Amino acid sequence: MRTIVTTLGTDRVRRLRATLTVLLAAAAAGYVPFYFAPFQVFQLTMVLLYAVALSGLNLLVGFGGQISLGHGAFFAAGAYTAAVMLDRHDTGHLATLPVAAAGCFLLGLGFGVPALRLRGLYLALVTLSFAVFLPPLLKRLEPLTGGSMGLTVEKLQPPAWSGLAEDQWTYFVVLVVTTVALLLARNLLRSRVGRALLALRDNESAAEVMGVRLSLHKTLAFAWSAMFAGVAGCLYTWVIGFVSPDSFSFVLSVTLLAGLVVGGLASLYGPLLGAAFVMYVPSVSQDLDEAAPGVVFGLLIIAVMYVAPTGLAGLPGRVRGLVARRLPRPAAAPDRTPETGSPPDARPEPQAGDGPFATPGPADPAVVDAEPVGAPPRTEKE
Amino acid sequence: MLAVDGITVRFGGITALDGVAFTVEPGTAVGLIGPNGAGKTTLFNCLTRRCAPDGGTVRFEGEDLLALPPHAVAERGIARTFQNLGLFPRLTVRENVMVGAHSRGRTGHLAAALRLPRVRREERELRDQADDLLRRLGLADVADQPASGLPFGTLKRVELARALAVRPRLLLLDEPVNGLSHGEVGQFADLVRSVRQDFDLTLVVVEHHMGFVMGLCDKVVCLDFGRKIAEGAPEEIQRDPAVVEAYLGVAV
Repeated sequence: MRTIVTTLGTDRVRRLRATLTVLLAAAAAGYVPFYFAPFQVFQLTMVLLYAVALSGLNLLVGFGGQISLGHGAFFAAGAYTAAVMLDRHDTGHLATLPVAAAGCFLLGLGFGVPALRLRGLYLALVTLSFAVFLPPLLKRLEPLTGGSMGLTVEKLQPPAWSGLAEDQWTYFVVLVVTTVALLLARNLLRSRVGRALLALRDNESAAEVMGVRLSLHKTLAFAWSAMFAGVAGCLYTWVIGFVSPDSFSFVLSVTLLAGLVVGGLASLYGPLLGAAFVMYVPSVSQDLDEAAPGVVFGLLIIAVMYVAPTGLAGLPGRVRGLVARRLPRPAAAPDRTPETGSPPDARPEPQAGDGPFATPGPADPAVVDAEPVGAPPRTEKE
Repeated sequence: MLAVDGITVRFGGITALDGVAFTVEPGTAVGLIGPNGAGKTTLFNCLTRRCAPDGGTVRFEGEDLLALPPHAVAERGIARTFQNLGLFPRLTVRENVMVGAHSRGRTGHLAAALRLPRVRREERELRDQADDLLRRLGLADVADQPASGLPFGTLKRVELARALAVRPRLLLLDEPVNGLSHGEVGQFADLVRSVRQDFDLTLVVVEHHMGFVMGLCDKVVCLDFGRKIAEGAPEEIQRDPAVVEAYLGVAV
């Protein structure tokens, strides 16, 4: 009985804390565009749209245990769908979103079929080839895509009633789409379908014995993932108002994957952290030197992987683990530990810097996530 | 209930199973014994469609099991555990058990993404059922822990809970007490006996622990080099010269 009471208590506390976090995040998100300069608002908008692409990639890589080096191509497909619709058919922005989403879903479905037979490096290669071959194709299809000159289309314009500036309006529209997308991904994962996906990742053979239909769930994971990338691409066109084949080279695919791993695989808010990393690190390091972005980006990835092998999202848990081991009294721990929902700029506590070599204890859930990506799933020895 | 007839499996030049035939009557427990490499696990893999036999038939309640796709076996009411554990290490214990109920759920991708009311209801039901099973097997305390890192004996029970979540009528246990300590073997045997009664299960057990097999099973089938060398009640099998020879060799 007592345990039931305490369980209910912690459940209520957890729910309260979750509600508070959501309200605070919503308030902060609503306040931001009125506080920052237009360029900074634009950067935040980009973070949000990258987060959509990363959460899609997360479905496939983090939760599905597959790998894709071709998500930049799905992103490009979404972006070009929107651009062509706006340029040739003048459909209005809103109509482009469902078309880009549906188109990329089908494209992903098509890629999901070979993904059933390939895994690890082979799947990476096939998806990479898609990312490599798409930009030249876009250049070739000049009548439709504008060739290497690209297409310039109208950006999102704020309606008169809103009284908002262009950057603010765009930010809010992207915020809404991102929220919906992240909610969809979360719902998907917290269901029978999500569990099936995770089970396939952890042990394909056992999952199948439990009745999970391998082909269905693996292909659909690919399709959802591609759809999210396509939606992000569509938002990109809305925000930037310009697409060209060179914006979507295969480097974009690699950047997306790197951002996801840095942000935290198989974490629900890892994509947001990863998106901030992808967006801000190059632009901040640009101020140092012309050639700095690449170098800094690479070095930071190495540093993050060293300090937090489970990504930025896994950092609070690791820090908590380290703190708990340094200070045996649990009372001292909470105020030194960042909240799980901490913003991306939460610096690692000094403890993390002190002991990057310390391996987390067996009870630390973070360790469990540190599986190499694309490694063949462990299967029962038959 | 289950009729295996003339099943043959070849891996390259090795014949892992050679015309094995036996039947399992409803409500009974059948033990499958034999020295290492006799083909016991291969036989299990055929029953759960993990491996396709080169010949022979397997019928479950009159239905040809070999014609089913692998994921449909659970739906028919067949569950199994694995020899070296086949859990999902990064899922919690409760989630592991809930995956066991996968074939009984109906939620599709679209409904799940939109989290329709019926999805919530189904989730709640499956969760409650999983929690009932966890309580029944004394696992309620570890429900929210990831499956990796728990003691081996606990994991064996988690795997049993997951198999029970399928709501099987036929339960296949592959070396259920392998790696357990002497005391744990006794506890596990009691547990299997009680869930067998409560859930009205038919059992097929592969096991090397003779005390466990002889105490639990109504019938024992002994395999050696892929052939059935003996079949009968536990007492008969213990006296069977062919079985003794297979296990201990014969005096020269």
